[in-house]
Amino acid sequence: MSAAFRAELRKLLSTKLWWLLLLVMVAYLIFIGSFMALALTVEIPGAESPMAPGGIDQAKMIYSLTSPIGYVFPLIIGSLLFTGEFRHKTITASLLVEPSRTVLMLAKLAVAAVVGLIYGVVGTISTVAGSAPLLHWRGTGTFLQSREVLVLLGMSVLVMVLWAVLGTAIGSVLTNQVAAIIVILAFTQFVEPIARFAFAAWDATASVAKFFPGAAADAIVGTSFFSQGGAADLLGRPAGAAVLIGYVLIFALIGRFVTLRRDIG
Amino acid sequence: MRTATDITVDGLTKQFGATHAVENLSFQVRPGAVTGFLGPNGAGKTTTLRMLLGLVAPTSGQALIGGRRYADIATPAATVGAALEASNFHPGRSGLNHLRVYAPQIGVPDSRCREVLELVGLAEAAGRKVGGYSMGMRQRLGLAFALLGDPDVVILDEPANGLDPQGIVWMRHLLRTFAAEGRTVLISSHVLGEVQHTVDDVVIISRGELVHASSLDGLRALAQPKVVVAGPDPAALSGLVAQHGWTAAEVSGGLEVHAATAAEIGAAAFAAGVELHQLADAGVGLEEVFLQLTSDPSDAVSRGGAAA
Repeated sequence: MSAAFRAELRKLLSTKLWWLLLLVMVAYLIFIGSFMALALTVEIPGAESPMAPGGIDQAKMIYSLTSPIGYVFPLIIGSLLFTGEFRHKTITASLLVEPSRTVLMLAKLAVAAVVGLIYGVVGTISTVAGSAPLLHWRGTGTFLQSREVLVLLGMSVLVMVLWAVLGTAIGSVLTNQVAAIIVILAFTQFVEPIARFAFAAWDATASVAKFFPGAAADAIVGTSFFSQGGAADLLGRPAGAAVLIGYVLIFALIGRFVTLRRDIG
Repeated sequence: MRTATDITVDGLTKQFGATHAVENLSFQVRPGAVTGFLGPNGAGKTTTLRMLLGLVAPTSGQALIGGRRYADIATPAATVGAALEASNFHPGRSGLNHLRVYAPQIGVPDSRCREVLELVGLAEAAGRKVGGYSMGMRQRLGLAFALLGDPDVVILDEPANGLDPQGIVWMRHLLRTFAAEGRTVLISSHVLGEVQHTVDDVVIISRGELVHASSLDGLRALAQPKVVVAGPDPAALSGLVAQHGWTAAEVSGGLEVHAATAAEIGAAAFAAGVELHQLADAGVGLEEVFLQLTSDPSDAVSRGGAAA
């Protein structure tokens, strides 16, 4: 198993996509962090005064943006662990050196957790780096010594780990690389945001919206851009984690017992 | 010392929906020899090799290497080295990194990756991305992967594809060396001529079924000898052929006589006083036998004669 893990790690690190995607995520999150901090703190002469109240809640809301804004990155890099193998047909060699498809699956999920940790730490730091200076300059402080804020940042990292692992599990089901990327982009950038607002609009469907992956992730972080808008209630932190891990298990089991049961030819 | 490891394919069958890709296929491959696994494109060679390597699940029957299924061998890639297609690489990975990815699971140190690159003549290109490799270089990289674990069994699918003539000679020499070392070597090809000078044994399949398995000499025995004769009096030559009941075809500058040896024709010409300017053994028509065996199932088919 440790050899399989090392092999998977080498597969990922020997091509450049992981750091290219990481760089794009860093730039994106710094931009979003500073943009949000600017929008919520800086008074533009002549315009209406900023709407947000400031204080620790404002800081937490901005710091929590790593997952809801950046989750597409760990999802995609995670999915590539599987789809890349099928696209380039290296899955053949991978199964020649390790015929156990369960070991292959577990090794990939473990490496996804590692790459998710990298994305989570770097991504969370990027969001803070983009917003904290502005909060310090114009707002009511960075609140980076607050225990509450530190827990939130830790949870932000954890959620990014889960996104990467979920990406790998999804990749094991949708092995076509283009299809997997399109589905992930469409779901994260379009379907889920709209569905969360739409479902939350009615009481009857609001309880369902809590179980969307993005809502479950927000529940783990503990703050949500969506819920700030009064749009959705969130699950508790452990329940959110259980839901997101549940998604991982469902996809991983389908991947293992449907996709990976097939002939490789 | 090498462990003598044979390959036994027993009643192997694979159905894809209604299609029988491989049908009740049985043959053996012995150590210390090169065995050619031959058949036209679509005959089921690759499917058979993939079943042998645990990538495709047989519908029935089994394929064993040293008495065990591939997946049941501990560290299988250290016992069986296989190269299936020359296109199975990530284009953005260097040749060296391609091998380093698999080294941990084969249980070899990274230094072994450089060794095999040296062995296949890719040492110079080790750091270059595989996307920039030529077909022949990819073929060599595939071979390097197969050899990482210094395996007792070497299985190569169409290894001559994309190699230049020097490359083919080099590959032939390498495979002969492997066999001499006691390894079991199985190579597939859809062109007999490509492997004719490399193999000791042949296993020929067509439409997923075995049509012939024997030594190369066994296959040769099925072929009729061909002799090219030429002389100043073509009419006399034709008469001679007709008189002995041989068949002949006109070729440039003479006659190609079938089903007779050079000695028989020479003796007959001498006895009849027919002057000859050329009497040349044109070899046995192995390629024709191969085509005949694999073309039409209603043709005479030689089964059995299991690989010696």
